[in-house]
Amino acid sequence: MRNKRNWKLEILGILLGILWLLPFYLMFVNSFKTKKEIFMDVTSPPEQWSFDNYITAFEELDFLQTLFNSLLITISSVVLIIIFSAMAAYALSRAKSRISTVLFFIFVAAMLIPFQSVMIPLVTVFGQFEMLNRGGLIFMYIGFGASLSIFLYHGALNNIPKSLDEAARIDGANRWQVFWHIIFPMLKPITVTVAILNIIWIWNDYLLPSLVINKTGSETIPLKMFFFFGEYTKQWHLALAGLTLAILPVIIFYFFAQRSIIKGVSDGAIK
Amino acid sequence: MRTKDFAYWLFLAPVLIALTLVVVVPMLLGVYYSFTSWNGINTGEFVGFQNYIDLFKDERFLDSLWFTTKFSVISVILINFIGLSLALIVTSRIKSSSLLRTTFFMPNLIGGLILGFIWQFIFIKVFASVGEMVGMESLQGWLSTTETGFWGLVILMSWQMAGYIMVIYIAYLQGLPKELLEASEIDGASSFQRFRYIVFPLVAPAFTVSMFLTLSNTFKLYDQNLSLTGGGPYNSTEMVAMEIFKTAFMQNAFAYAQAKAVIFFVIVAIIALLQVYWNKRREVEM
Repeated sequence: MRNKRNWKLEILGILLGILWLLPFYLMFVNSFKTKKEIFMDVTSPPEQWSFDNYITAFEELDFLQTLFNSLLITISSVVLIIIFSAMAAYALSRAKSRISTVLFFIFVAAMLIPFQSVMIPLVTVFGQFEMLNRGGLIFMYIGFGASLSIFLYHGALNNIPKSLDEAARIDGANRWQVFWHIIFPMLKPITVTVAILNIIWIWNDYLLPSLVINKTGSETIPLKMFFFFGEYTKQWHLALAGLTLAILPVIIFYFFAQRSIIKGVSDGAIK
Repeated sequence: MRTKDFAYWLFLAPVLIALTLVVVVPMLLGVYYSFTSWNGINTGEFVGFQNYIDLFKDERFLDSLWFTTKFSVISVILINFIGLSLALIVTSRIKSSSLLRTTFFMPNLIGGLILGFIWQFIFIKVFASVGEMVGMESLQGWLSTTETGFWGLVILMSWQMAGYIMVIYIAYLQGLPKELLEASEIDGASSFQRFRYIVFPLVAPAFTVSMFLTLSNTFKLYDQNLSLTGGGPYNSTEMVAMEIFKTAFMQNAFAYAQAKAVIFFVIVAIIALLQVYWNKRREVEM
């Protein structure tokens, strides 16, 4: 009885899995076709696996530059978010007082604010002070990313006893050393979670870069993809090759880090 | 470390500065601007509640609010139903479990903008060609009507977010005591009874998290909306986030858009607080 039921679930699961991958499969096979072939038939594999579409898409997307921009912005923002949020959460968790409680509350409350509610003043003010483009964008990501990261670090820090800090202080370490040499290494699991959540968000973000980046050559992948797609509407063979290129880095990242990614996302949502 | 120590403020300074400049100041400025006639160039004059009075008569805004609400309610139900089903499938004793988890979760790693473009191809080209093959008229012209645009968005979001919600349910399902399930099986409980009386109550906290996440994600949706339908046809599939964006940057009605953004914030905040409150109470009762 039990074997039969699991066997049915297995089939159901695999069928659903295929259904889930179908959009990616269709994107992939059609990205190798000519315009005419797509017009004739979208479901079968291409007659010839030609890379012509990819060559065009690669050039039009200025792919290496765009990839570099995305990597630069994502890595810098995430590293800075980790450093600054961990430090802030440490201060808030070690100095228990009314000020800390209020500050922590402000950080948590800021999570409720949707981006659209601050976007117009944000962009105009930063525009007036000429703080747009890559540098300004990274700074904004710190502001928007700090809340959740502080919240997660704060929870983890409350589980590390204060006596540890005090012991190290007696041994002659200053606060800076205590934090970076003793406490921060112990936060490694939550750092992985914080890193993954912020990487997924910043890498894929479209709206903020679309408002902040106005220099050609500084675009991130989603931003460039939006322009590219607009230019090649109705030319699906090129659009699909571009889309495949755009998701390739993510698929590679997922392939190597899927376990930590799924764990990180689930921890981040539950805490 | 104490709050009067210099080190305390040194550790907090970078994030405090960033949060203040990026979130706090724009939020306060935004509330102020919403009472003026600011258009981005001229500061404008103080107009009191005029923008707020106008927006409650603004059909396009109200339509987008209604569309967003319908979309969110249906998506939340579907995403949670599919997510929980997927979680139950992959946590049962099947061989392909970990491969399936990886598969179902994958769409979440890719940006909504790109996913919307991929599905635009599916709905427009693939649906039409499959419809032609099997002779189904209803598969033609997807995304060109309000109805198909609506369901297109629902399908896209369910496909994307179900795997995310699945991961959350899995975390709770794995915390279930195995002995309890086995004991109830020996006592002759059917699989439905086991689900209803043991799994369901113990997984209840997962509903808090999942409902909150899906509701806030669907209500604030922008990227997928932009890339899949662009709000068309005739702005009929425009959601609130997009409506605010267009009011601000296409009509240059900054102050008016900001008033809409303040209302948007109030709604999002109320939903979040209600959800937390309601679910916490229910958990205690159970």
